[in-house]
Amino acid sequence: MAKFQGSRINPKRFSVSQIKFYIILVPLAVFMMIPIVYSVNQALKPIGEIYAVPPKIFVRNPTLKNFKDILALSGTTGVPITRYLLNSIIVAILTIMLNLVITVCSAYAFSKKKFRLKGALFQINQMALMFVATAVAVPRFIVIMKIGIMDTWLAHVLPLAAMPVGLFLVKQTVDQIPNALIEAAVVDGASDLKIIRRIIIPLTRPALATSVVLTFQTVWDTTEASNNYITEETLKTLAFYLNSIATNNAIAAAGMIAAATVILFLPKLVIFIIMQSKVMNTMVNSGIK
Amino acid sequence: MAEIKRKSGSHRKKGSNIFGGMNTFFLLLPYGILFTVFIAIPTAVAIGLSFCYFDVINPPKYIGLLNYINLFTQDEVFLKNILPNTFKYALIVGPGGYVLSFLLAWMLAQIQQIPRTILSLAIYTPSMMGNVFVTVVFRNIFAGDQRGLLNNLLMKLNIIDQPIQFLLSPDYLMNIMIFVSLWSSMGIGFLAMISGILNIDEELYEAAYVDGLKNRFQEIIYITIPSMKPQMLFGAVMAIVNAFNTGWIGVQLSGSNPTPEYAGSLITNHIDDYGFIRYEMGYAAAISVVLLIFVALFSKVAHRLFGERED
Repeated sequence: MAKFQGSRINPKRFSVSQIKFYIILVPLAVFMMIPIVYSVNQALKPIGEIYAVPPKIFVRNPTLKNFKDILALSGTTGVPITRYLLNSIIVAILTIMLNLVITVCSAYAFSKKKFRLKGALFQINQMALMFVATAVAVPRFIVIMKIGIMDTWLAHVLPLAAMPVGLFLVKQTVDQIPNALIEAAVVDGASDLKIIRRIIIPLTRPALATSVVLTFQTVWDTTEASNNYITEETLKTLAFYLNSIATNNAIAAAGMIAAATVILFLPKLVIFIIMQSKVMNTMVNSGIK
Repeated sequence: MAEIKRKSGSHRKKGSNIFGGMNTFFLLLPYGILFTVFIAIPTAVAIGLSFCYFDVINPPKYIGLLNYINLFTQDEVFLKNILPNTFKYALIVGPGGYVLSFLLAWMLAQIQQIPRTILSLAIYTPSMMGNVFVTVVFRNIFAGDQRGLLNNLLMKLNIIDQPIQFLLSPDYLMNIMIFVSLWSSMGIGFLAMISGILNIDEELYEAAYVDGLKNRFQEIIYITIPSMKPQMLFGAVMAIVNAFNTGWIGVQLSGSNPTPEYAGSLITNHIDDYGFIRYEMGYAAAISVVLLIFVALFSKVAHRLFGERED
């Protein structure tokens, strides 16, 4: 019989046996960071260094000119970048809040309730996950036009408020909560809302946090609504604006594109760092065991 | 509702009120409405369009299965380039990305929390950069003149003396696409797996070693993976969906759709090509339906492996 030396998952202390993992993980992590490190350096380069031959990865004389240029640029329509930024923030907050509430409720129902067609409905949700976005673009445009939410905030928020991926992820985690726990709560007279607040949300924090990260990334990066459902320039988002710089002046503005990358990247990084302690933590005091 | 519940609370049989009823309906209602309006209806319309000729301007005209018949009999590019490309790409990127995510998550779970957080963040960064911007970086790295970082490096080391047109050459494009995809495949599935592994009850391992578990490999097979089936399933489905749906890579890297000699064209590019370049939406919809069927078949396999039995 092999002797058990204690689980090596989530160790509290360093031991020599961990070195082998560091040997693999550290170089890999450095490798994965190349593009973002490259982008940051590129964003800080003055124009001469960007087009230098031979190319250099690291910046010699860092400058903030690219960022200043991009902030000063207010497009042909005269809408300042801060307006796009504000729009993006509003859209992100609204979408995340709505999405979270909707996802938790439906994940709980799909996981712990019995109702007719449950299996079939979840299958449909799975299928939706797999259907290519491009194929749905035109029909979705027609739907949005028909229900009359073109050129409103709702066109940004509603299409992303129900996210099949998020539901799938959270439902998978709710599945791991023992039914006995829910049943006990029901016997004690807890309502569904109370069960969600007191049991489901606390016990699915990692999945919910992951879902928030995902929603934020999606909503922050998407240009679908701004491209298709919004004609009003003052309602469009930052991602749309920066993407249009990147695709329109690919050669003229390499430095500005890099700056745009960094500007779009930073909030995602911040949200991830805020959420990571939830995403990657064990549920130490959970009732799950 | 709540009152009725309380009244019948103590002597209620399991299964009657606990599960089901009006509450369930209201819990599902918001998701149901939004899903129906923004996802289900457009998808259904797209599937309907696959049986039509539709050029976006004139109303769709029903043509039965003609789009599908053409796709599998007339569309030489689809049969000769697109399908083999898609399968090659998906079969490497899907399982490859999946196994890599799991191994990395597993290794990360075995180091201390602070280094784990930092390393996970680093490994996750590619997924945080937007598609457009990822390819801008890789276009610079693989650029076909001396300004390309890779060409520059290879020339400095005297491995080549002429820059290689990596992104325009059919020989390289597909491999570069696979590389870039694998590199950015540590996404949401990877995060779910980390939390899955970290949340496995330690007593399980202990009990298993008492029962005669011998090594780490057995530990992964008998304890780790079975205990995190939901996350494994989620990761698998995400890997499959990504493998089939990330068509933008080849087009963005080479800068054209179709890609040079169709070397990096995947099924999604073919959809874009017909849908938004030739405006044959009906035909594009038919290709999407075929793609959907592929993805669904593969995810069936994933469900077989990791799905929970319905209880």
